[in-house]
Amino acid sequence: MSPPFERSEAPGAAGRPEAEAFAAAPPTRHLVAFLSRASTLWTLLILLALVILFGIASPGFFSRANWLATSQFAVEYLLLGLGETFVIITGGIDLSVGAILGFSGMVGALVMRALITVHAGTTAEIAAGIAAALATGSFVGWFNGQAITRLQLTPFVVTLGMLSMCTGGIYLLNDGENIGSIPDFVGTLGSYAIGGWLPVTVLVTALACVGSAILLSETRFGLRTYAIGSNPLGAARAGIAVENHLVKVYTLSGFLSAVAGLMVMARFASASVQAGANDELDAITAVVIGGASLFGGRGTILGTVIGSFVITVMVTGLILMGVQPFWQQVAVGAILIFAVAIDQLRNRLIDAA
Amino acid sequence: MGQADQATAIGTGAHSAAPVLEVVGISKSFGPIHALTDVSLTVNPGEVIGLVGDNGAGKSTLVNIIAGALRPSSGRLRMAGREVRFASALEARMAGIETVYQDLALALDLPIWANIFLGRERVRPGFLGRFGLLDKRGMRRRAEEELGRTAIRVGSVRTPCRALSGGQRQAVAVSRGLIWGSRLLLMDEPTAALGVAQQAKVGELIASVRARGIPVILVSHNMPQVHALCDRIVVLFRGRKVADRAARTMTIEDIVALITGALTTTAGEPA
Repeated sequence: MSPPFERSEAPGAAGRPEAEAFAAAPPTRHLVAFLSRASTLWTLLILLALVILFGIASPGFFSRANWLATSQFAVEYLLLGLGETFVIITGGIDLSVGAILGFSGMVGALVMRALITVHAGTTAEIAAGIAAALATGSFVGWFNGQAITRLQLTPFVVTLGMLSMCTGGIYLLNDGENIGSIPDFVGTLGSYAIGGWLPVTVLVTALACVGSAILLSETRFGLRTYAIGSNPLGAARAGIAVENHLVKVYTLSGFLSAVAGLMVMARFASASVQAGANDELDAITAVVIGGASLFGGRGTILGTVIGSFVITVMVTGLILMGVQPFWQQVAVGAILIFAVAIDQLRNRLIDAA
Repeated sequence: MGQADQATAIGTGAHSAAPVLEVVGISKSFGPIHALTDVSLTVNPGEVIGLVGDNGAGKSTLVNIIAGALRPSSGRLRMAGREVRFASALEARMAGIETVYQDLALALDLPIWANIFLGRERVRPGFLGRFGLLDKRGMRRRAEEELGRTAIRVGSVRTPCRALSGGQRQAVAVSRGLIWGSRLLLMDEPTAALGVAQQAKVGELIASVRARGIPVILVSHNMPQVHALCDRIVVLFRGRKVADRAARTMTIEDIVALITGALTTTAGEPA
């Protein structure tokens, strides 16, 4: 070999540890595969531990009343978490989900109130309100996606701005007042549990979970979502329209936030100016607890479902035990930090493997 | 079979078939800078061509023009005798020119089969396919088949690419190109980040591609590897082609002298 080429050979890569790691990779393949799957497992164990712990500590935990409370409480985080899962897998973040929940719920309620003739309301008025809420949420999400891709802004900045704008919008829409005059049927449906055990809002959420799981793991859309989060440049080279795809993902997140807004409105039979406030933190926490990586490329719907239940079980469990409600926020925050620490540790182990 | 014998055997076969790609008098300027001046090149079936030159000699420009990422200022490209113009890298790919980039462009979190089909996923037939439901089983089977034709074993196609060695990742990237019936493979510095054992694996991989009659253009700074793997070596110096000869007629020292400009001959019969 001649000297001139030793210098130019393998620029910047020759001495790096990963070059050696490639060569050593095959025996550790099982470790990498295990670590990739381990996250869902440990979250499930934490959930089971919480259920057992609270079951022993508070006698009312395994009651129908607590199941209804917990499952209906989980609806909000689950629906927001579903969209957030797609967003986080692309390597982005959506801080506006809670604000979109409140804003689109408020729009839906305004439309219903404006169309209402008799307080009972008709199907057409309710349908118009639902359509308005879903359209609002989807539009806000679409706008997020456009700003991120067209203006080349980071998702953090765009959705933080949108969080602020939508929060302001909620108060502006009805002068900061809640809207209670929505059709009675909405509230009736929102508090109805099929067979006494399955609330309608929980059923809708379960269907959304199944739909999202299929979309993410079984379709071209889902596969490309992972690919973009894993290697955006590689995805573009493979012929994927990365920017269009991102717009769709943020639109989906906005749409699901609006569904959450409708569920919350139905459950309380009113649109509250407080609805959805700070929910984005719980949604992101649920997704991260569920094993998604904030660096993109990893995450599952099942993980998010488990993560949402970890949060909700802890909140309702602590309430049943009579612990001061402020401790719930402390506990959720601690879990978030713990989950991200686990994620990074796992990444380091995988890279070192 | 020795390297020289192999090259001869393939060379003989090549003369009967039309060239896969002809680069005819390509020039490219970026403003006042002439990156390429009147470069011509013929690529025959089953040939491995080493494209070498110092940094800034025009290798990347030439490769990018062939891959459709750049438009030449003048000159033409012909594939199988017919003139082609690529408006984008995608068009070049559709015409059968597959590029394996140095960073491989793999989504490391996705399994092997998904990487091979990324961007061209197969969906289930009929109703379900319209919703984009993937035909995972079909893609896995096809991916296994294709990887089986390379010289490198990767194990299950469900393995995430993150768990693969450098050579195995190359095999996946190459299979991704070849599965679509590509007619020409461009490889940019395929061994730059690899250890010695993995470099040898990539050599086997390239040999297996050649054995299928698919020509390879290999851009590399690794002279011993270029010399050992390639049938023909094309040297660029300051945007001009200064040599285009059978590898067996040159020593590594010759190649280096041509690259550095110490030897400025355009002599040498075409391979």
